[in-house]
Amino acid sequence: MHTVVLTKGVPDFREGKVAFDEDGHLERGKTPTVMNPNDKIALRAALQEKVRHGGTVSLLSMGPPGYEEVLQEGMREVYADDLYLLSDREMAAADTWATSITITTGLSKLDPEPDLVVAGFKTADGETGHTGPQTTWCHHMNDALPDRSLVTHVVALDVDPEADTLRAKRLVEGDVAEIETVETDLPAFVVTDPEFDPSYHKAAHRLRYKDLREETTERAESYEEHLTTWNHEDLNLDPDFIGLDGSPTIVSGVDPIPQAPSEREATVVSPDDADEMEAVVDELAAFAGGD
Amino acid sequence: MTDADAAGAAETADHEHYEAVVVGAGPGGAAAAAALARQDVETLVLERGVDAGSKNVSGGLIYAEESAPYTIDGLFPDFREAASERPVDEYYIHNVAGDRVKTFDLDRVHHHDTDWCDSVLRRRMDSWLAERVHELTRETGGGLLTEVRVNGLLRENGEIVGVTCDEIDPIRADLIVAADGVNSELARDAGLMDWDDPDDWFQGVKAVVDMDPDVVNDRFDVDPDGGAAHLFSGDLFEGVRGGGFLYTNEDSLSIGTVFHLDSLTAERAEPHELLDGLLTHPLLDRWLQGEYEEREYSAKLVPDSKKVAHPSPHRGRLLLVGDAAGQMQAQGPIIKGMNHAVTAGGLAAEAFVEARTRGDASKAGELYERKLREEGVMEKLRPRRYRASRAVSENDAVNRLGSALIDSPLGAAGLRAAEGLAERAFNSPLLLGMVPDTRFSYVTVPSRIAEVLGEPIEERSYADSSDDADDEDGVRPPDLADRIGDLTYDVGDPHIELLDESYEASGAAVTACPVSAEAFGGGCYRDERIQTNGEEKRVVSLDTQPCIECGTCAVVADTEWEHPSGGKGVEFKEG
Repeated sequence: MHTVVLTKGVPDFREGKVAFDEDGHLERGKTPTVMNPNDKIALRAALQEKVRHGGTVSLLSMGPPGYEEVLQEGMREVYADDLYLLSDREMAAADTWATSITITTGLSKLDPEPDLVVAGFKTADGETGHTGPQTTWCHHMNDALPDRSLVTHVVALDVDPEADTLRAKRLVEGDVAEIETVETDLPAFVVTDPEFDPSYHKAAHRLRYKDLREETTERAESYEEHLTTWNHEDLNLDPDFIGLDGSPTIVSGVDPIPQAPSEREATVVSPDDADEMEAVVDELAAFAGGD
Repeated sequence: MTDADAAGAAETADHEHYEAVVVGAGPGGAAAAAALARQDVETLVLERGVDAGSKNVSGGLIYAEESAPYTIDGLFPDFREAASERPVDEYYIHNVAGDRVKTFDLDRVHHHDTDWCDSVLRRRMDSWLAERVHELTRETGGGLLTEVRVNGLLRENGEIVGVTCDEIDPIRADLIVAADGVNSELARDAGLMDWDDPDDWFQGVKAVVDMDPDVVNDRFDVDPDGGAAHLFSGDLFEGVRGGGFLYTNEDSLSIGTVFHLDSLTAERAEPHELLDGLLTHPLLDRWLQGEYEEREYSAKLVPDSKKVAHPSPHRGRLLLVGDAAGQMQAQGPIIKGMNHAVTAGGLAAEAFVEARTRGDASKAGELYERKLREEGVMEKLRPRRYRASRAVSENDAVNRLGSALIDSPLGAAGLRAAEGLAERAFNSPLLLGMVPDTRFSYVTVPSRIAEVLGEPIEERSYADSSDDADDEDGVRPPDLADRIGDLTYDVGDPHIELLDESYEASGAAVTACPVSAEAFGGGCYRDERIQTNGEEKRVVSLDTQPCIECGTCAVVADTEWEHPSGGKGVEFKEG
């Protein structure tokens, strides 16, 4: 079984890592790039299937050469047998459509018929959630590639490699959240939900998981040996249809998110000022009874 | 047969199977697994902690006995360099009465049958062992898994055929080694052990105290590759039967107290206060010198092998080793548990392999029992001498007579005349095997020795102490709330149910639980008064959040007691 997981590098939005300038704009240069957190969940789903059924897990991304480290992070912290980076100036500044075309081409060069392609739910920076589904459309538009069904919002996954089918639980959010179980043929395209939870109910699976985790952590030390980089020529892509030139999206402007007006009044009290502190105690005393 | 049973039976064919399942990755489980793996037995080890050792506490000294068929360094060759703290070559007991102390050198009893003895901290030790065990067992097709709690035995037509777990599906096995500790759920499921009688148990409480290696060498006058052990008995503990210990580690000290649970309960003593009593005792000041930084507070139940070491620790495919089988030898200053667990683990493995070779793996239990007897393990754990003398020596009238005699001027004269003899008596494994479990042995005799033979405890002159000493009047251990705060982890669903909340049935837990106390609202067990129909009722309430899984309340209160699920609950960093 061959599974390909798609990933993207995003600014590390965690407290203490992310840097903003005075106007509230993200400072890319000062903010480290990390693997999109939702993609790690997708990779965990791929690892779960590898543990259960064996096979190969490839991790693929499109981005600048620095994304090598994003791929390495996925290999080290979750799992990957091999890494693929689609990297070229011509691919830069792509919207989700141009990205999907590039990725579809990269995918078909890597393996025209992987059993499973898995993407994460939305990137932490773009927040569109388009690239996964659009990549499936691109597959459908290309008659040379097999059709594959798209299953999104997946919270649990179970592949049956012998029957060539996949059974998934989907979290369908409506007025009430529902879990829907779907079954489809392989090959398929899966988008994991952030709630996806890998499960290992057999000791043999947990032991295999431990082995694979050990292997991949070691492999990540020399990830370059497992990395393949392709530019637009390798993929035989026309620069007019990829990158900025191939992107129909026009960004007309960026509006900063207005700061929410404060609804509470605050008075600054110096802890060294006895009178002020006494006033605080007087105010609080009324609530001391638990009212 | 219910539907669930029917479904269960239908699934049996699909259950995973391993030749051997070892439950618990302490020294007993590690020894069993290593010995099995070396004989090519496919072995799966299941440990419920996030890491092996994270649930485990011991005093702790580990011995390698000359007479033992298995030792930890025999099974794990680099053990001493990689996993232990310091070789302990000096051993003393301090008999205390008020401000007087008489110290005996226990060199002879310490070195009797001892190849070597090291101090250990269990997190470091057990996690190292677990790595080796995983490597060894993985080659057999098994391996070691953490964060899996085995919650019971899998039975088929009434026969034990495997184990059931919280996290993974049931597993079948030809051999099940229960090395799941003093509160073994498997031993209880099989009806081999219970928690009925406080008289069968000790409770140990320990503080691991930070100390720079050079300071340890200096204050204990030991080499960098040497160490010391000190025991304390006498009147330091408000008359509660038990004693204290101090062992030097690489860069810390293990200081603790061990008491008979029945005595602790009867006296309504607070274990953490008794420990503090030792920590702040002037006798310890010579080593602590006003400096005290506690790394960890911990506690555990300790089986008294004289009473509960199971003579037939097996049922069907299930074999018990270590604390799970009550294999903890505590006879006066002889305190040995881990070494017996290692031997038992080795013998259990050996028994299974032999039984299988003979074509009947089901005979493993009987063979194991015979080996425990023939290798002399059972005689160490349950000496015949103790069994013979117990009936007389633990009799009240005899005790009163003994106390009266030793307290008399005649007794004092005898002690003085026979000072050397008293020290020799403390060094005699033969006599120690007969020591009765009475106040007389634990309190009266040591106190009287100190009164008659002792010297005043030397007070440290404060000029000697370093400038940054915390407190010139001695050390100030953290209070219980701080100790609990450092040990609080997600316990998941409550794992202990209080069956009878009346104070009469379960009130003893309020004091005996090492993380609860009278008039303290932050512990597991709280003493409460509630008004019902105009009447005031005294009840006990339980919050399992601070639980350190020692099992004390399972014995002294009316509870339904289980361990938390895998990876949940207390996580000892030192152990």
